[in-house]
Amino acid sequence: MGKVGKFQEIVDAFGPHLHDEPKGGWSANREIEAIVPTHCPYCAVQCGMNLLVEKGSVVGVEPRYDFPVNEGRLCPKGVTAYLQTHHPDRLHYPLIKRKGMFERATWEEALNLIVSKFKESQEKHGKDSIGVYSGSSLTTEKTYLMGKFARAGLGTRYIDYNGRLCMVSAAAGNNKAFGVDRAANPWSDIPFADVLMIAGANCAETFPVLNKFLWEQRDNGGVWIVIDPRETPTARQGDLHLQLKPGTDVALANGILNVIVNEGLIDEEFIRTRTNDWEATKQIILKYTPEVAAGITGVPAEKIVKAGKVYGRAKTGMILHARGIEHHSHGVNNVLSYINIVLATGKIGSRGRGYGTITGQGNGQGGREHGQKADQLPGQRSMLNPEHRKHICGIWGLPEEELPQAGVSVVEMFDKMREGEIRTLLSLCNNVMVSLPDTNKVRESLESLDFYVHIDFFMSESARYADVVLPGTSWCEDEGVTTNGEGRVLKINKAIEPPAEAKPDWWIIREIAHRMGRGKYFGFQTPRDLFEEIRVTSKGGTADYAGITWERIEKENGVFWPCPCEDKPGTERLFEERFYHPDGRAKFHGFEFAPAAETPDDEYPLIFTSGRIVHQYLSGNQTRRIGFLVKQCPEPYVEIHPDTAARYGITDGERVRVRSRRGSGEFPALVVKTIRPDTIFIPYHWGETQAANQITNPVLDPISKIPEYKACAAQIEKLSGERSVVTQITQSEVVK
Amino acid sequence: MKETFFIDPQRCIGCRSCVAACRECSTHKGYSMIYVDYIDRGESTATMPTVCMHCTEPTCALVCPADAIKVNEDGVVMSALKPRCLDCRNCVNACPFGVPKYNSEMHLQMKCDMCYDRTSEGLKPMCASVCPTGALSFGTYEQIVPLRRTKPVNAHVFGNQKVETKVYLMLPTDDTEVSIGCGVFEGRVTAQNERESWMEAQVEESNKSNEF
Repeated sequence: MGKVGKFQEIVDAFGPHLHDEPKGGWSANREIEAIVPTHCPYCAVQCGMNLLVEKGSVVGVEPRYDFPVNEGRLCPKGVTAYLQTHHPDRLHYPLIKRKGMFERATWEEALNLIVSKFKESQEKHGKDSIGVYSGSSLTTEKTYLMGKFARAGLGTRYIDYNGRLCMVSAAAGNNKAFGVDRAANPWSDIPFADVLMIAGANCAETFPVLNKFLWEQRDNGGVWIVIDPRETPTARQGDLHLQLKPGTDVALANGILNVIVNEGLIDEEFIRTRTNDWEATKQIILKYTPEVAAGITGVPAEKIVKAGKVYGRAKTGMILHARGIEHHSHGVNNVLSYINIVLATGKIGSRGRGYGTITGQGNGQGGREHGQKADQLPGQRSMLNPEHRKHICGIWGLPEEELPQAGVSVVEMFDKMREGEIRTLLSLCNNVMVSLPDTNKVRESLESLDFYVHIDFFMSESARYADVVLPGTSWCEDEGVTTNGEGRVLKINKAIEPPAEAKPDWWIIREIAHRMGRGKYFGFQTPRDLFEEIRVTSKGGTADYAGITWERIEKENGVFWPCPCEDKPGTERLFEERFYHPDGRAKFHGFEFAPAAETPDDEYPLIFTSGRIVHQYLSGNQTRRIGFLVKQCPEPYVEIHPDTAARYGITDGERVRVRSRRGSGEFPALVVKTIRPDTIFIPYHWGETQAANQITNPVLDPISKIPEYKACAAQIEKLSGERSVVTQITQSEVVK
Repeated sequence: MKETFFIDPQRCIGCRSCVAACRECSTHKGYSMIYVDYIDRGESTATMPTVCMHCTEPTCALVCPADAIKVNEDGVVMSALKPRCLDCRNCVNACPFGVPKYNSEMHLQMKCDMCYDRTSEGLKPMCASVCPTGALSFGTYEQIVPLRRTKPVNAHVFGNQKVETKVYLMLPTDDTEVSIGCGVFEGRVTAQNERESWMEAQVEESNKSNEF
């Protein structure tokens, strides 16, 4: 394991171990001293929940019926999230790696070491020799701080965030089409849509509570068109399932719009008065007859015709999409091709008529608004815009010449580590050894660093490679805001104190900044101080938070941005009057179909795709320690169609090797008719030898720089009849 | 109590948040009284939640030699009373829905009691509160049924036995009763020597023994 040192000893000491009951065990006689309303730490539905506090510990959860998004509902991750808080795997003290093993250190010792190494790195190799990689499951205050810390604290251009792996194709597409990066509608609009087109989004498993709105729409007589290579629970429940070949979304979207055009179902008045560039796009669309689209996508032409007619004829309708169309080397084109359908039919800007991306990370929206993206400044301003740079430098009091230029995306940052340009890494709450494509290359990157600091509250697969690991706090040990997938800013409340010597992430970053001699830019004392700074810096930007206060959020159950004034409501629904481009109009973007960067051939004859399951969250660093969740799905598997399985002589439960040009892994086969015969699927929440990302292709979308997780060429190989065994964590390791 | 469960199998996404939440209920901390099963994972992602159906004439209570299973005035069939339960497991074997489980640590039959500690105080049961999709809802007939396009059914025919339940199944048919061998219970006949799906076996292992 190279630099990771004493791998097994680290795993033994820091887990993952299973933990499955509240502190003090299950009891019917709790003495609850506080019920703290807050929100779930996981996906971007950001469900409201009440945490039950007893003797300074969170010992349970109670439905919070008053929050309008979920009205008490929770998925299994939400129900069990509180079990993180006193988990025996929690990091309690700063750790410094010595002779391959982590040893307890004092904060003074750890911070002094970090600062001396940072200074040494910058003196020897320049300011850009330090890279900062941040997260999107953090509060917005922390994400803002990370952007400011990189630029004003370290003076490095190299910062990016793990939303890069999630929503950036949607963000880029939204900016190009609408001039703003946010869902067009509140989710309460969904029940009023006659038809929903759900593209590459398994809402049932990835955003379970959103299903509340989807089923309300169904109860109102609405229909669902689901576009997915797999018959997911969402697709099974839909009225029309277009089971396309992974990577062919542009052709399918063009085909559907072709039907709409030929049936005379476009909204000419809307196109004429509120959009640009339709004619050029139409010329491309006309080439994609249902038969042409069927030939590329594998979806029968009659189904494409039906989808076009159903969506086009409906009076109201919405399109929702997620990573299934975004995780591609043409992810932005995919997004824009579906937006073309929205714009051509004029189905946007009113109740039941709209569009939105489903955001995977809890604060995926807020995390990409205030400056931790490589090319972004607070308020969705651009690092490349001289006026924006000047504006933010003025507020920060930072000389303009000290503000670095835009950096690069995370996959490119990891390339620069291998190339020796980035020598030191500061990483906050992310887990690249699970989440980045081509895991073997990621390992090389981490091992090539001179110095690596990781902040988290559990020892992740990535943190094992660090030189210093600092204990941060879980979500209910700190406070701040997040922005959910519909653009609603919410308040996360503190329920308990951090355990032992764990510290809030903002405290850690502030300490490093002060010790680096940059304290004048980091004078805040609390997360509230940071939020007040966000209000100032975002004012006048696209993502304007100036009118939002913590008190308003509590009182109004969240406030939608943009919200420029304290005495006016936030903006629930965008585009009722105008779009955000200077001329107020939306833009069409037409694309010819281009295949995935890697398509099947004789050697690698199958299409590999990856995704999520309901019982795990992202890299699994939090959820793979919760006994209940692990029991539901103990290890990753590979979904194979029975016809394909028969061709290779594989039976259900048999272990198979899945291989691509990057790497390979062994997984038990789940032989199911719910996947295309030419496609195989592995959920991605596990690391090391169980990582789906050993196989995936790190090729990037040229605009959003998102990796192509959802389509690459692969082969499978039967492994000598071995049956499935649970390899990750055995019951003997259960912590009682 | 006019409120009851409405089970809508179409909507179930197999997330088992109901199972996780049931453990949080204060009267049976740590044990879940609800089960979610794949119907046939090889064929479909369809899953089905199972709660106690709270029969009008509960077979489990009828076969109990110790009169340990009580039906309260709200029509809720309770778990076995600890002082009376004989560990005989007649109820476990007799229930046509396969609901009661025997807790070998507590020497007691335990099953869904409609979260009586909560529902008797006007709260919703934990499982129905958290269910993301409404596959499991709790309310009155008048509240729930007009909102749905599915039809409520609470008559079940098991061979010669017809069972009426307090709990309703919401079905996409106009049938007035559910008979074994038809409707949602119609499934692929599995040969005895055919192996179960490995995943189903892992997830549902504890359910097969009828014990906790």
